[in-house]
Amino acid sequence: MLTESERWSVDPVLTVEHLTMRFGGLTAVDDLSFNVGRGDITALIGPNGAGKTTVFNCVTGFYKPTEGRIALRRGRGIPEAKVRELTDSGRQYIDADSGSIFLLERMADFKITEVAGVARTFQNIRLFGGMTVLENLLVAQHNKLMDASNFTIGGLIGLPGYRRAAAAAKDKAVDWLRHTNLLDRADDPASDLPYGAQRRLEIARAMCTDPSLLCLDEPAAGLNPRESAELNTLLKYIRDEHDVSVLLIEHDMGVVMEISDHIIVLDYGKKISDGSADKVRNDPKVIAAYLGVDDEEVDAIEEDLHIKKGPANAAPASTQGGAT
Amino acid sequence: MADPTASTLTNRPEGAERESEERREAARGEPPFVEAPQSDSRLVASLKEAGITAAIVAGLTLIFLAFRSDIATGGLDLLARPMLWLSWIAIAFVGRFMLSYFLFKAERPISGYFKRTQASSPAAGGIPFGKVFGILLLFVAFTLPFLLDTFLPSQNRYLLDLAILILTYVMLGWGLNIVVGLAGLLDLGYVAFYAVGAYSFALLSTNFGLGFWVCLPMAGLFAAMWGVMLGFPVLRLRGDYLAIVTLAFGEIIRIVLLNWYEFTGGPNGLLGIPKPTLFGLEFSRGEGSFSDFFGLEYSSVQRFVFLYYIILALALITNLVTLRLRKLPVGRAWEALREDEIACRSLGINTVNVKLTAFATGAMFGGFAGSFFAARQGFISPESFTFIESAIVLAIVVLGGLGSQLGVVIASVVMIGGIELLRNLTALQAVFGSDFDPTQYRMLIFGLAMVGIMVWKPRGLISSRSPSVFYKQKKKIGADLVAQGEGH
Repeated sequence: MLTESERWSVDPVLTVEHLTMRFGGLTAVDDLSFNVGRGDITALIGPNGAGKTTVFNCVTGFYKPTEGRIALRRGRGIPEAKVRELTDSGRQYIDADSGSIFLLERMADFKITEVAGVARTFQNIRLFGGMTVLENLLVAQHNKLMDASNFTIGGLIGLPGYRRAAAAAKDKAVDWLRHTNLLDRADDPASDLPYGAQRRLEIARAMCTDPSLLCLDEPAAGLNPRESAELNTLLKYIRDEHDVSVLLIEHDMGVVMEISDHIIVLDYGKKISDGSADKVRNDPKVIAAYLGVDDEEVDAIEEDLHIKKGPANAAPASTQGGAT
Repeated sequence: MADPTASTLTNRPEGAERESEERREAARGEPPFVEAPQSDSRLVASLKEAGITAAIVAGLTLIFLAFRSDIATGGLDLLARPMLWLSWIAIAFVGRFMLSYFLFKAERPISGYFKRTQASSPAAGGIPFGKVFGILLLFVAFTLPFLLDTFLPSQNRYLLDLAILILTYVMLGWGLNIVVGLAGLLDLGYVAFYAVGAYSFALLSTNFGLGFWVCLPMAGLFAAMWGVMLGFPVLRLRGDYLAIVTLAFGEIIRIVLLNWYEFTGGPNGLLGIPKPTLFGLEFSRGEGSFSDFFGLEYSSVQRFVFLYYIILALALITNLVTLRLRKLPVGRAWEALREDEIACRSLGINTVNVKLTAFATGAMFGGFAGSFFAARQGFISPESFTFIESAIVLAIVVLGGLGSQLGVVIASVVMIGGIELLRNLTALQAVFGSDFDPTQYRMLIFGLAMVGIMVWKPRGLISSRSPSVFYKQKKKIGADLVAQGEGH
């Protein structure tokens, strides 16, 4: 068990330490620490309102965390000392010998995607509905094309460098459309696609930003079993062929248990379990959080979780009937 | 599963329970069969509708038309006018009957016919209607001075002047289209940039003696700078708030121009702005002028023709640049911003820059148009840059269809040309009597026309979006799928 947990701690792509996010009096995420292993598919699960999406928004810069450090290592084998050096320096990122380190809590949301290479999708799909599927993927390559067009001037007069870059961007988009089975819908407006296809398109669009970490917020929500199976294949393809680590939030345990290399379980903003699918599945705290427990067990579990007795102590049982 | 619900069920009275069960039972089976209502024949239905319309008109106009009170000695004199009342009812009846019988209830409704031809035209493999129409318009625009000279020599000058005005609004519309149509940022103060362009040229030329062609790019740059200055404070604003701040910005510029007497001349405006020259050749009488150089006979129309071609060239540059920008990453980012700002940020797009470039580009074209305006008028004052100008330009963009270049042209011709045309509609006097003055009603007629367009085409005349790039086939995107952006 120890060797297993070591695996994602040895050379993590993302290290979240003591992450706390407060909204006024509400502590949505409370002193959360976890690692996302390089080349892993890591799942963040938990009952509704556990703070999963808040963690996501902190990692992708949509929220500024109240406390904590979120370090992203692009490149292998970057020593801990470098991260400490960067933290002390007050800078946003630093280049090490074998890659770069980014402190995401210091960066603006668009910079996190542009510089650090963290791409994300949304729980409620956010596509550019009035633009075609192909255009959606080209917008995702904005920064690269912007450089190639010499900040529009070169593109305006049609320099060959821009034309090459534009053709390459289109090829890349077409390639992703092929992998997501959307090529025959390339010229249709994105909001005309069926739901499952929109989910795939959003993943393809995120991948077009050349990320090193892909964050997916409930990618399987609303998909039928066949589409879920396709999603599994797509995520495995992304992990294996593109060397991209995946962090996902998911309620569909079929998807989570099948593809995840590493699962982190949150409840009330705290980590209650962390490990492989097998370990998490059999963890009594996870079962308690998801299914609720008999009355006599509540006290024991609460003691275990360090939850104070009060009005909240009935809440775990109220999540009865959650996904299994 | 049953335990929690059972307790509530037992509390319910038995009768209600049975009733709900019956209802559930009824819903489980086949849907209840309802005989389709017998539909009237086309004639009867139309007559019915006409009758209802006539009754409504009768009710509404009873006290307005059927009776009239006149002041008479010792009080009021009530005058009954049954014939007038009845004739109006008859007009309403016949009008509604014709509409119902031939339009709404026709076997092949006119609107349906229109839609069908539109849908079938791209499938037929021909060149799309829009392209043909655009090329035709362009041809007419290029040859207009000669066409007018040949066919309407008596009104040549007046019509050329009108064409110049229309083209100015086309250019302003195209400029605003970048901000409102593409980037989806509602700008109610666009006239500010028009004013900045006009005053830049006027001040530079009167103070430093610079010519039109030197000042033109400078005016554009100044306006772009002011666009960025407006852009910064409104970056975080969304929706109605964005619209209000841009509106205020337009007013601030006008009021500063009005009150900064030493610099701008205040309400007296600026006089003696030089006319544009053709490589130093002036359009005037005497030596060193255009007519003298080419050995032509002097005519005041020559200057108008020259101005016409300047604004035509400026407008076409605006159009070409906009069309080109749409296919570049910056243009696509504008449109993506209109669709979803948060998604833009999640893709690493700096939305601050995207907004600022949209404001600056739109403002720059407004500045060009402004300096042309100053050159054409020879005199400018803050009165030319009131809110109504912003409103007209915005109306042109909205009526034409957000983001549509051709729509802006059609809307400008209709709006600016239409207002002018209504000035000369003496034909209406035959209908409404000789004391009818069409100029007094032109705004009313114009307003009705706008309401009509918005009812008929709520997303503007050209309400489809053409994708900037395609894989196999370029398909138009219906306006119902395209987002409108902030503040609409």
